[in-house]
Amino acid sequence: MDWLRAWMMPPQGSEFAKEIDFVYMALFWLSVVLFLMIAVPACYFAWRYRYKPGRVTPHQTHNTTLEVLWSVLPLMLCIGIFFWGLNGWMKYAVAPGEAMEISVTAKQWLWQFEYPDGSRTINDIHVPVNKPVKFTMTSEDVLHDFFVPDMRVKHDIIPGRYTQIWFTPTVLGEHNFTCAEYCGKDHSGMKGKLTVDNDADFAKWMETGGTEWEDYFNGKDPKKTPADWGKITYERVGCNSCHTVDGSKSKGPSWKGVYGSMVELNNGTSVLADENYVRESMMNPQAKVVKGFDPIMPTFQGLLKPNQANGLVAYIQSLK
Amino acid sequence: MSTTTTDVHSHGEHGDHEHNPYHQHHFATMEQQFDTSKLGMWLFLATEILLFGGLFVGFGLMQHRYPREFIEAHEHLKQLVAGQLFPLYGALNTMVLLVSSWTMVMGVNAAQTDQKKKLVRYLVITILLACVFLVVKYVEYSHKFNDHLLPGMFYGHQSEDLIKGTHGYATFFAFYFMMTGLHGIHVLVGIGLLSWLVMRARRGDFTSSYYTPVDLVGLYWHIVDVIWIYLFPLYYLIS
Amino acid sequence: MERAVTGGARIGDRPRPKKNYLNETKGFWSWASTVDHKRIGIMYLVATLTAFLLGGIFALLVRLTLLTPQHTLFGLQVTAETYNRFFTLHGAIMVFLFIIPSIPGSLTNFVLPLMIGAKDVAFPRLNLASFYLWIVGAVMAVASMVIGAVDTGWTFYTPYSTTTSGTVTLMTAAVFVLGFSSIFTGLNFIATVHKLRAPGMGWFDMPLFVWGMYSTAVIQVLATPVLGITLVLLMLERVFQIGIFDSRIGGDPVLFQHFFWFYSHPAVYIMILPGLAIISELIPTFSRKTMFGYRAIAYSSVSLALLSFIVWGHHMFVAGQSQLATVIFSALTFLVAIPSGVKVFNWLSTMYMGNISLETPMLYAISFLMLFAIGGLTGIFLGTLSTDVHLTDTYFVVAHFHYVMMGSTVTAFIGGLHYWWPKMTGRMPSEKWGRVAAILWFIGFNATFLPQFILGSRGMPRRYYNYLDQFQPLHAFSTVGSWIIGLSLFISLGYLLASLRKPADAPDNPWGGTTMEWQTSSPPITHNFEDTPVLEHEPYDYRPKAVTH
Repeated sequence: MDWLRAWMMPPQGSEFAKEIDFVYMALFWLSVVLFLMIAVPACYFAWRYRYKPGRVTPHQTHNTTLEVLWSVLPLMLCIGIFFWGLNGWMKYAVAPGEAMEISVTAKQWLWQFEYPDGSRTINDIHVPVNKPVKFTMTSEDVLHDFFVPDMRVKHDIIPGRYTQIWFTPTVLGEHNFTCAEYCGKDHSGMKGKLTVDNDADFAKWMETGGTEWEDYFNGKDPKKTPADWGKITYERVGCNSCHTVDGSKSKGPSWKGVYGSMVELNNGTSVLADENYVRESMMNPQAKVVKGFDPIMPTFQGLLKPNQANGLVAYIQSLK
Repeated sequence: MSTTTTDVHSHGEHGDHEHNPYHQHHFATMEQQFDTSKLGMWLFLATEILLFGGLFVGFGLMQHRYPREFIEAHEHLKQLVAGQLFPLYGALNTMVLLVSSWTMVMGVNAAQTDQKKKLVRYLVITILLACVFLVVKYVEYSHKFNDHLLPGMFYGHQSEDLIKGTHGYATFFAFYFMMTGLHGIHVLVGIGLLSWLVMRARRGDFTSSYYTPVDLVGLYWHIVDVIWIYLFPLYYLIS
Repeated sequence: MERAVTGGARIGDRPRPKKNYLNETKGFWSWASTVDHKRIGIMYLVATLTAFLLGGIFALLVRLTLLTPQHTLFGLQVTAETYNRFFTLHGAIMVFLFIIPSIPGSLTNFVLPLMIGAKDVAFPRLNLASFYLWIVGAVMAVASMVIGAVDTGWTFYTPYSTTTSGTVTLMTAAVFVLGFSSIFTGLNFIATVHKLRAPGMGWFDMPLFVWGMYSTAVIQVLATPVLGITLVLLMLERVFQIGIFDSRIGGDPVLFQHFFWFYSHPAVYIMILPGLAIISELIPTFSRKTMFGYRAIAYSSVSLALLSFIVWGHHMFVAGQSQLATVIFSALTFLVAIPSGVKVFNWLSTMYMGNISLETPMLYAISFLMLFAIGGLTGIFLGTLSTDVHLTDTYFVVAHFHYVMMGSTVTAFIGGLHYWWPKMTGRMPSEKWGRVAAILWFIGFNATFLPQFILGSRGMPRRYYNYLDQFQPLHAFSTVGSWIIGLSLFISLGYLLASLRKPADAPDNPWGGTTMEWQTSSPPITHNFEDTPVLEHEPYDYRPKAVTH
């Protein structure tokens, strides 16, 4: 009967899916039996006791035994099904502590994801196989609902609140996810791809830091340049807490006009602020400290993805 | 109760009791008609209570959401602010409505005992008390308007204790205006109904054998009163 | 054709009275100002069937749009906005203008006073007021479509409904007005059942239709005010931003869902209980057998009405209510299965050893048994927590509630309409075409909605304009099914209207029914009964006459 399940349900992408499908198929067969218990007598009686003029029907008013029987038996059946459903649902409701946490921000009509390391993607996520993933979700505008049919999970996303779902993907490859709570015009277009990777592929994906940056480097959209990506990174990574871009002094030197100029260092020497200098200042900030500033900057080695560093360089270049 | 054959084409000429012009044809007796009307009125009042009930539940949930803001707004309603004694309005109106309930009872009693003049007198007093209630309400509302203690997007109170921009205050006053406003509309409707009763009473419609409208409006008026009895502590006493 | 009439309290051989409620007075004004429950019932019937037609057109447009992934309608491109309006208007019209008011307003208004031997409902003028409130609500709803657009879905979920443009406020105001129409109808029926029963008719002498409609009326009176206040809050949130449902101004969107479903789940029972009530009349009449388990069916109606108030949270298993609430609501939801099952088993037992003729109303009744079974059984999938997570908000839910709302309630409504049509109009509709339409209805309905279960379990969310290519064959199948439904209804409309053109030919009791409405003439006289009817026997007593007394 596997073909029947495969016809009625999406592919199974998680352990949870297998459990759900088992309950689903059990309920399906139970329903078929119960349906036949109603439909067959109805049709049989309609034929067996079809109208004959003058037939006198018996005066049966009730039968207490039967009434009790067909109240109590379904009740017991229902109690059983309830606990079965509850059992499966408890696994869905409580995420294991070691789960990787991905934040989801839904808005009309796209999905934004953020990984624990700050990498962000839109409508496209990769998760490692056989490891639990937890999604912490909120909405920027109206209700949405994160639905991954292959994993058999969904939950509403509510503005001003955080809701969660989790699952452990077990099947490599692409799975669809989609919005299941009506959210306006492009509700049905609010979907994306969830790719389950093996550990090596996932590590490679994380190395690139999502997909958002790609838009800024392919030149398709003149409004999105590498420098724009650098500006986003400048704010997102927190460069802006010490460096200004308008020439005013903060905890660190301003970035305005620095690129291409000679910078005086606190050891009395000067250095040309070229790309090498800028990159070195990010990854090894104590190597060359600008005159008049304390050596307080932490290293960003390992925190900045290559694309973010590239973006920052382009951004600093653009600040004439 | 008639179990004998009744000729429907000559309805209104029942042989077994005196004909009353207000007897509707589909009721067997005036008692049945009165009981039915009363049952209908009680059902209607149940829907009224549920209507207000929804607002009470909403108020409770929002109070749970914004406990601090709601308590501060409560305090504001209770306290002397800028020389105005706000809670006095609530207390005064409670007294006014309680007395009006009593005059309404006296009116129903007058109708039951065929005292037409007394009925008219008590109905008019009830109307006057309802008007006093609305005047006090008007004064109270105008203070709120002056202080920009208004619902939702109109909230713009500037004093230091209830600052604009905090959702809780605006929501509190939204509920304040919705609940007291809906109640006020009911008082207005009550005045209309009472005036209609006065008109009919003066015409001599009501007798001890037919006073259903007086009784029903009386029930309505008591419910309006009872709802206020719950609104008053909710807004002016609880902290 | 041969008409199968036996048993029961048939009083059929009287001469037809010249004057009846239809021809006693004439002219538009005599109808517009009538307080006769029968005329109001007819007006309600015409009005709600017009709404059904309008809602049905939107349903066909929705299905037609989904026929192919290109979304063309007679060569025109349908945009996502247009599609969203289609399904919103389909839902809102069907729920608020058709299913909720139809059986109470039309059939019940007509037959309930007759069934309990009353001359009218308790408050005839309130009854007329209820009808005119329906008209006002309908005009407002139609105006909201004509002067603007509503694209919120019939559930008006916040914060989409508080922020979207269009005429949502007018539409919610329309539903508010319709709510009061519903309250007045329910209030009237409660008072009527309590106070106007014929001499000698105790509570357990009432027909089961009256029990069902009494239970319905209780829900109408107790649940609808909450919807009223919810819609007022929604309108104020839209207009004044009071900060209760929209999180941007400090509200809670989930609170709206609680408020909404606190009404709208009981409203589901306002829709289904009348259907169950009609079937409880059709089965014993066409089986010519004493109702089996009369009291069990009566009690099950009341218990369904009570249960309807405590299961609203099962609409919100994945909507952000507390997990404890989710578990409790799931457990309570299963209780609904018990009284529903009790009804079905008692109906089957009534058919057992009966004398069953398959005239049009009985065909609809048997269709009902099967469709209601499917609707109920698929409810188990949705009440079960673990499977609900996957199935909720998909086409599985769409199919499930159409099996209950349409497959059950509308099937029962059409069956009841055929059952009481001779009483209402004095004419027998074509039996041949009636059976054709009934069979087409059953086929068309299953063709439309069975595929939607599969669509849903395979992961097709509801309210979707676009869908994955793999779903196309099932969508196409479903769309073709909707045409069969349309054809069936079109045939029904045709022969029902055609029956009005012939002279009155219906006997007083064409089906051999035992309830009191069959004791008066067809169509009834204005004051319902020549003589105040006296209860002679229990309802559904099909023993030969001599034995009963």
